[in-house]
This record gives sequence, structure tokens and C-alpha cells, in this order.
Amino acid sequence: MSVSARILVLHLGLLALLFVLQFVLPPYHHGNIARIMVLASYAIGYNILFGYTGLLSLGHALFFAAGMYGMGLTIQHAGFAPAPAILVGILAGAAVSAALALLALRTIGVAFMIVTLMFAQAGYLTVLYFGEYTRGDEGFVIQAAQRIVWGIDLSDATNRYFAAWALFAVSLIICLQVVRAPFGRTLVAIRENEERVRMLGYDTFAHKLSAMVLSGTIAAAAGAFYGLLFGYAGASFASVQYSILPLLWVLLGGAGTVLGPFVGTVFMFYLIDLSSGITTAHMLIAGVALVALTLFAPQGLVGEIKRRGAKWLP
Amino acid sequence: MELGPYILLATLEGAVTAAVLALTAVGLSLVFGVMRVVNIAHGEFFMLGAVIAWYVAHYMGGHPALGFVAALVLAPLLVGGLAVAADMTILKRIEYDPERTIVATIGLLYIIQQLTLMTYGPEARPVEPPFNERIALPWFEFGEDGRDFYYPWGLSTTSYKLAVIGAAAAVLAGVWAMMTRTKVGLLMRATQADREMALAFGIPVERVYAIVFGIGAELDINHSFLYLFMVIIGGLGSLPGTVVAAIIIGLSDGIISVFFSPTLAKILATLLVGLVLVFRPQGLFGTRAA
Repeated sequence: MSVSARILVLHLGLLALLFVLQFVLPPYHHGNIARIMVLASYAIGYNILFGYTGLLSLGHALFFAAGMYGMGLTIQHAGFAPAPAILVGILAGAAVSAALALLALRTIGVAFMIVTLMFAQAGYLTVLYFGEYTRGDEGFVIQAAQRIVWGIDLSDATNRYFAAWALFAVSLIICLQVVRAPFGRTLVAIRENEERVRMLGYDTFAHKLSAMVLSGTIAAAAGAFYGLLFGYAGASFASVQYSILPLLWVLLGGAGTVLGPFVGTVFMFYLIDLSSGITTAHMLIAGVALVALTLFAPQGLVGEIKRRGAKWLP
Repeated sequence: MELGPYILLATLEGAVTAAVLALTAVGLSLVFGVMRVVNIAHGEFFMLGAVIAWYVAHYMGGHPALGFVAALVLAPLLVGGLAVAADMTILKRIEYDPERTIVATIGLLYIIQQLTLMTYGPEARPVEPPFNERIALPWFEFGEDGRDFYYPWGLSTTSYKLAVIGAAAAVLAGVWAMMTRTKVGLLMRATQADREMALAFGIPVERVYAIVFGIGAELDINHSFLYLFMVIIGGLGSLPGTVVAAIIIGLSDGIISVFFSPTLAKILATLLVGLVLVFRPQGLFGTRAA
């Protein structure tokens, strides 16, 4: 089997497996996997910027929240139907990520991390400041009646799973296509040696800008879906915590691999889920996992597999 | 109250904030300047200092002042020891790689937060300061018979707050003197140029670090982001810049909080930091890094 065919079989196989899985899963895990697929889409968006372009952002919660509130506020206060509201959320994410990219891409390294962190924090505080509309930390519930798209009730578990699966499939395929296209190859080249790429005549700024907007838009789509599918939008989704989580998932699964974000999200989700059965200290486990990863597996799970033989993994 | 006393009150509150911010930010600035790593868990070390201070003060019998002094001595030492341990077991092993350091210190942040929650609990507990008299402040107005002093209602501060400002100024002066006048300071400045050497001087850094935690221990510990602000606005690694930035942010935070809203003050401060980094990455006072 050629490499290209192998890649297609693996990724489409995963999508098919997830599609079939919902018919056999017990209700509890059924709900978990739906949630994981939305969060993994967020991680896929994050990975395009961090894993492939080599830009470590600590502010992706800003894009996630832009999607969530772009969707939630238009439903809540402007009486939009869910489908156009999702579109508003995605456009809000694209606009916010483009604006932040124009500022933050003037910096590199640690400064880039801090600039993204600062603007995301300003975004979080802005959500709190306009508590009259956003209801701040408390958040607001999107009623089941407001979550019906073209006659499909998204508060129903099966429909919710399908919607989450569709989002995940689209994100995964976009990521797979992007990283195998010349554009994605250039991003990897920028990650490895930006000076050389510039010397070869590429406009590295334009590439990084596009990567950040694509990354932010996917994150916003995930945010909008998360709010709509689970019927809630709150300020905690804009907090630093939600900027660090995708970083954690991607690092755990393997930065710069298409499947890494999904594997990392599943791993982390069930690690916390299973450990919270034993102890309430799930943050402790996340902390230990992070420290252990930086020490022992800087490549992540899929990254380790790739390094130890499966070099064809995209 | 009229506007005048109001502004004085806001300035005083701001000055206390500025004092504490300056102390913590100087610790962070030292670590960044000398070791070139950003410690995301810095705020947690600060919190840990406060928590240990509470334990020491609480379980030390005798006069309250005794417990307070013991806390002031023990908390910095214990936190410093922990920071040294983290440095040797984790940061040294990842060779102070900037990105991996950030990830590892985020991990540390979670661990410290969770352990504190499990042992100490989420509620705030005060450390009893040895003196805390309320001092009413006079204000004057021009009446019919010349200048007239009076004490407006609500315009007051406490002796402890003034002592905090004084202590902060003393420690800052001490740090500055250490950096410019002593051999240790000379060595630390030398390490800015040679990262390899930073390890050898880890302990002075952590000690300064820890003194900072202990002194700020009694005050509000919910400032997680503000330390970064000072350091960035002042210029990474520039001590005078950091102090000036702390004073600017502390004072404006106090004044905007009193007149508008604390959230708005934080939003403006955060945006300011972001924009300074974008348009003046060396900070307002820093020199451009090599």
C-alpha cells in the first residue's frame, strides 16, 4: 500500500470507527466521546499553529470563547437561529484571530506566548466586564428550544453525537489536507528554520498569519459547537485554563501529528475521568502528567510512535 | 467626601498594591533576567509563601508578634528551598529550554494549587499583623478664616499598610544595592551574559525570590498576572524599570478601581502589557536584548 493510501485508510478508518461506535457505546461514554470529539477539534485547530507552525500560543481560549459567545449571544440577545449563529461565531473567531495575529506575530518566542496570554486575559476580563449580557462566571444556558437546527433537536444525545462527529470529521480532514499541501509543508519549514524559508523567497509573515487565522477559526468553530451542543456558555471557557488545555492535549498526543490532538484529548479526558473516581485531585494528575511529559516524552504519544518507526504518519 | 480626599485614598491604596507588586515582580524579573526562563508558577510560589506564613503564625504560641516574625523568616526559607528543589529536579533536566520550561512550570502550578487546596483549603485566612492601628488622615480646605484642617470620614489607612510600603522600599533598595554593589550582584549580572553560569548562582536568586513571598504574605494573593505586567512593562531583566512599572500600574489600578471598576482597571493593564510587548519589546526602560 502506498504511503498516501495508508494515510487515507488510517484517518478515514478512525472517522468510520467513531461513526459506528455510537451504536454500541453505553450512554455515559456516548456522551463523553461526543464531548471529546468537539474538544479534539479545538486541539486540532491549536495544533496547526503550535505543532506545525511552531508558534506556542497561550491565548487560544480567546478564539474558543469568540466562537462560543459569537454563537451564544446572537441566539440569546438577537434571536438568531442556531445555524446562522454558528456562522457568526466562526466569523467572530476568524476576525479576532486575524486581529491578534497582526499584533502578536510582530513578536517571537516567549514574547509571543505572553502577548497571546495577555490579550486572551483581556478578552476574559471583557466577558466579565459585560456581565449584564454574558452573565460572567455564572454563564447562561441555551435552552433546548433554541437548539433546533432545521428540525433536528441538538439536545438529543444521538443528534448531538452526529453533530460532534461532523465537526470533528471536517476539522480532521481540513488538517490532513492542509499539512500535506505545499502550504502545510511551508509551515513546517518555518517551524524548523524561518530565516532559511524567508531567504528562499517565501512570505513567512503571510504564512504564519494564515496559519493563525485557520487555527483560530477551527478553535472558534469548536467553541460555537460546544456551546450549542451542551447548551451553555460561561466565562470559564475564556479563562487561561482553556488556553492551556489544548496545549496539554496536543503535547500529550504529539505536536505536529494529525492524530495527536485526538489521542491526547481522549487520553487526558479518561485519565481525569477515571482518576476522579479515586480522588478529587484531578488537577494534581494533570500537573504531574505535564511535568512527566516534558521530562520523558517531549514528542507525545503519537510522536513517539512516529519516531519509533511509523515515519509516514502525517 | 470631596474629590481631593478621594484621590488621596485611591493613591494610598494604590501605593500598597504597588509595593507588593514591585516586590514580587522584582523576583520574577531577577529570575528572567539572570536565568532567561519564565516561571509561570511564580504566583503559586507567592501563594505558597502566604500559606506557610499562615501556618507558622498560627501554630507558633506566645505573642502574635513572635509568630509574625517567625513567619517572615521561615516562609521565605521554605519556599526558597522548594524552588531550589524544583529547579534541580525539573528545570535543570530540561536544560532551561524556554518553551519546555513554560510547560513544566504550568504543571508545577497545577500541582501546587491542588496540594494547597487539599491541605489548606480554598478560604482566605488572615495572618495577624503585630500592629494595625487605624490612622485617620487630615484634609484641609480654605474656609473663611484661612486654611482649615479636618478629618473627612473614610479617609484612613493603617500603620501596617504604611509599614508594608516602607518594608517594600527597603527590600527593593537592598536588592538594587545587592545587584550593583556586591560581588553576588556582579556575578548575577555576569550570568545574564552566560546562561551556563546561572545554575551556579541559583541559590541567591531563590533567596531573593523567597524574601519577596514572605513579606507579601499577609496581603491579597490574587494577583496572578500582575507580576508579569511589571516585568514586561519595565523591561525584562531591568530592575529600576520593573519598580517604576509596578508603581505606575499599582497607582493607576488603585485610582481606576476607586473611580470606575476594578475589572476595567485590569483590562486596561492587560492590554497595556500586550501592546508594550508588541511595540516596545525591550520594555519602557530595558535595553534591547542581544
